[in-house]
Amino acid sequence: MPKKSMTAAIVTAVSQEMERDPSIFLAGEDVRVGGVFGTDAGLFQKFGGDRVVNTPISEVGIVGLAVGSAAVGLRPIVEIMFSDFMGICMDEIVNQMAKMKYMFGGKATLPIVIRTHVGAGRSMAAQHSQSLEAWFCHIPGVKVVMPSTPYDTKGLLIASIREDNPVIFMENKRLLATRGEVPNEPYEVPLGVADVKREGTDVTVVATGYLVKDALEAAEELEERGVSVEVVDPRTLSPLDRDTIVQSVQKTGRAVVVHEAVRNYGIGAEIAASIQEAAFDYLDAPVQRVGAPFSPVPFSPVLEQAWLPAKAEIIAAVEAIVPARV
Amino acid sequence: MDIPNEKLIEMYERMVLIREFDERAGILMEQDRIAGAVHLYVGEEAVAVGVCSALEDSDYITSTHRGHGHLIAKGGDPARMYAELFGRATGYCKGKGGSMHIADLDIGMLGANGIVGAGPPIALGAAFASKYRNDGKVCVCFFGDGAANRGSFHEAASMAALYKVPLVFVCENNQYGEFTPVADHLPIKDVSERAGSYNMPGVTVDGMDVIAVYETVSIAAERARRGEGPSLIECKTYRYYDHVGRDFGVLKRDKDEIASWRARDPIPQLREKLVGEGVLTEAEAEAVVERTRARIEEAIQFAEDSPLPDPAALLDDVYTETSVYTETRA
Repeated sequence: MPKKSMTAAIVTAVSQEMERDPSIFLAGEDVRVGGVFGTDAGLFQKFGGDRVVNTPISEVGIVGLAVGSAAVGLRPIVEIMFSDFMGICMDEIVNQMAKMKYMFGGKATLPIVIRTHVGAGRSMAAQHSQSLEAWFCHIPGVKVVMPSTPYDTKGLLIASIREDNPVIFMENKRLLATRGEVPNEPYEVPLGVADVKREGTDVTVVATGYLVKDALEAAEELEERGVSVEVVDPRTLSPLDRDTIVQSVQKTGRAVVVHEAVRNYGIGAEIAASIQEAAFDYLDAPVQRVGAPFSPVPFSPVLEQAWLPAKAEIIAAVEAIVPARV
Repeated sequence: MDIPNEKLIEMYERMVLIREFDERAGILMEQDRIAGAVHLYVGEEAVAVGVCSALEDSDYITSTHRGHGHLIAKGGDPARMYAELFGRATGYCKGKGGSMHIADLDIGMLGANGIVGAGPPIALGAAFASKYRNDGKVCVCFFGDGAANRGSFHEAASMAALYKVPLVFVCENNQYGEFTPVADHLPIKDVSERAGSYNMPGVTVDGMDVIAVYETVSIAAERARRGEGPSLIECKTYRYYDHVGRDFGVLKRDKDEIASWRARDPIPQLREKLVGEGVLTEAEAEAVVERTRARIEEAIQFAEDSPLPDPAALLDDVYTETSVYTETRA
C-alpha cells in the first residue's frame, strides 16, 4: 500500500469527493494557493475558482457561506485556518449551523464540513496553537472528528463529506507530515467508531490526536517494563464510541485518558465520567487524566515543550495506577 | 412601473393578513395563551409585502426575530404559524422553534432568527448557491437597523459584492434597535450610505409605501438576476409596538412621534389608492378585512385544537440520524 502524509490524505479525500459530486465546493482563506499548511494543494488548479473559492479574511462570512448554501442543497467544505479563529464565527457555528435542523423541526439538512487546524508544538503561541474540540463537543447538532493517522484521516474525511450533519474536522498541525499507508481508492472510516490502536491487558489509554502517537510510544516503553497497555483512539469525539472504550476498560480494569487540550474541563472529563458510569465495578484504580496545564500556550520552545503533554506524563499516569511489576 | 390590479389587491390582502396576525399574536401573548416572546411586525407591513411581491415563489429570503410578516408575505400559512406560536406538533417547526425560528424552506423562507445580524451571512450562502448552480434565483436578506451595526453584516455585504452574488439586502429601519432609538446607535443618517463602501448601489425608500418598496426591490432583483451583484435598500419604517409584545413597559416614546408615523400607515394608504383608482370598492376593501379576520380566527382555532408535541419527540431532529444519540439520554 502506498505511503502518504496526512496532508496528502486530506488533499486526496477532498479531491476524490469533489470529482464524485459537483455539489461539493471548498472555500477558505488562501485555499487558492493550497492553504497555509498545504492541505488544499493543487485543488484550485484542478477544479477552478468556482469550486475552490478563495475568501477574504472573514470567518463569519465563510461559515455563513457554508450554512446558507447547505440549507439550499450544496455540500460545502470550508476551512478555518486555525481552530483559534473559530471564536470569530462562533455564532454561525453554534447558533446557526448546529441548531438549524432542530429549530426548524427537522426541515433543514446541513451537510457541512468545517476543516480546521489544531495543536501546539510549532511555536505559534497562544492564538494559533489551541485544541478547542471540547467547545464543539458540548454543542448538540455538530459532530467532531480528530484523526491521528493518515489512513484514518482520509477515511474519516470522506465519511464526513458524505455525512448529512455538520462536522468539525480537526487536523493536528504536528501530525500533518506523518506518513502512513493510505489506499489510493476512496473509502470511508465510519464516524462514531473508535479504533483500538494497540491491544493490551493491564491498562487502557484513551488518547486523541497527536497524543495517540505519544501513547503508542509510551506503550512500547511500558511493555519493556512489563506493563501491557491497550491504546484506544476514539477518532470521533462527538458522537463518542463509549462502547469500545468501556469494553476495553472492562478488560483491563484501569484507564488513563489523554489529550493535548488543557486538562481542566476537557473531553477527558467526559470520557472519564463515561467510564465510571458504565464500568465502575471493573475499575481497580481511579481513572487518570493527562492534558496540558491550565494556561495559554506559550511561545518560547522551551516553555511550549513544558506545556505540551507527552510520553513522560502518560507513563507517569499509567505507573500511578498499575502496580509495579517485580 | 405598471402593476396589474390583481397584484395590487394581493399586496393589500397580504398586508391586512400580517396586521391582523400580529395584532392578535400580541393579545395572545398578553393573555398567556402563547408562551415566550413575540416580536410584532405591526407598522412595517409595506416592507415585507413590497419586497416579496417583487420576488418569484422560488426565490429565497432570510428573516429576523421580527419575522412573522416576512413569512406571510412569502406565502406562509398563518394556521401553521399560530400552531408554532402555541407550541403545537402541527406548527412549522413541530413546536421546536417558536416565533423566532419559524422557517419554511419549501417556499424559500430560510428562517427567522433569534440572533440579530445572523441573516446576512446565511443569505450570502443561499445567494452563492444560486450563482454556483446558475439557477436564476435571488435571495433577499431582511435585517434591521440594529443588525446594520453587526460585523456579520459587514462580512456578508463585502463578500456578496466581491463574488457578485444575486442578493438584495433590505434594511428595515424601524427607528429602534430593541429599546434604543436609531439616532443613539447609528453614527450615520441612512444605513444605505454604507452601500458605497461595498461598491454596491444603495438607496433609501419610504418603507410605509408598499409600491415604492416593490418598485425599488424589483429593480434590484432584476439587477441581481442579470449577474450584476447585490444592492442595499433601506426602508424607513416604524415599529408601532415595543421590541417585545405590544407594550413591554420600559420604552417611553413621544406620542407625536407615534401619531405622525401612524398617520402614514401603509395599509390605509394603499386602500385609499386602490379605492380612489377604482381597483377596489370601499365595500370590497372592507370585505378583505372581514375575510382576513375570519381566517385568523380559524387559524387560531386550528392551533389551539392541535395536539401538543409528544415528549418522546424531544430528541428527534438533533441530527439527521439520531440513533447514536438516543442512548446517551439520561
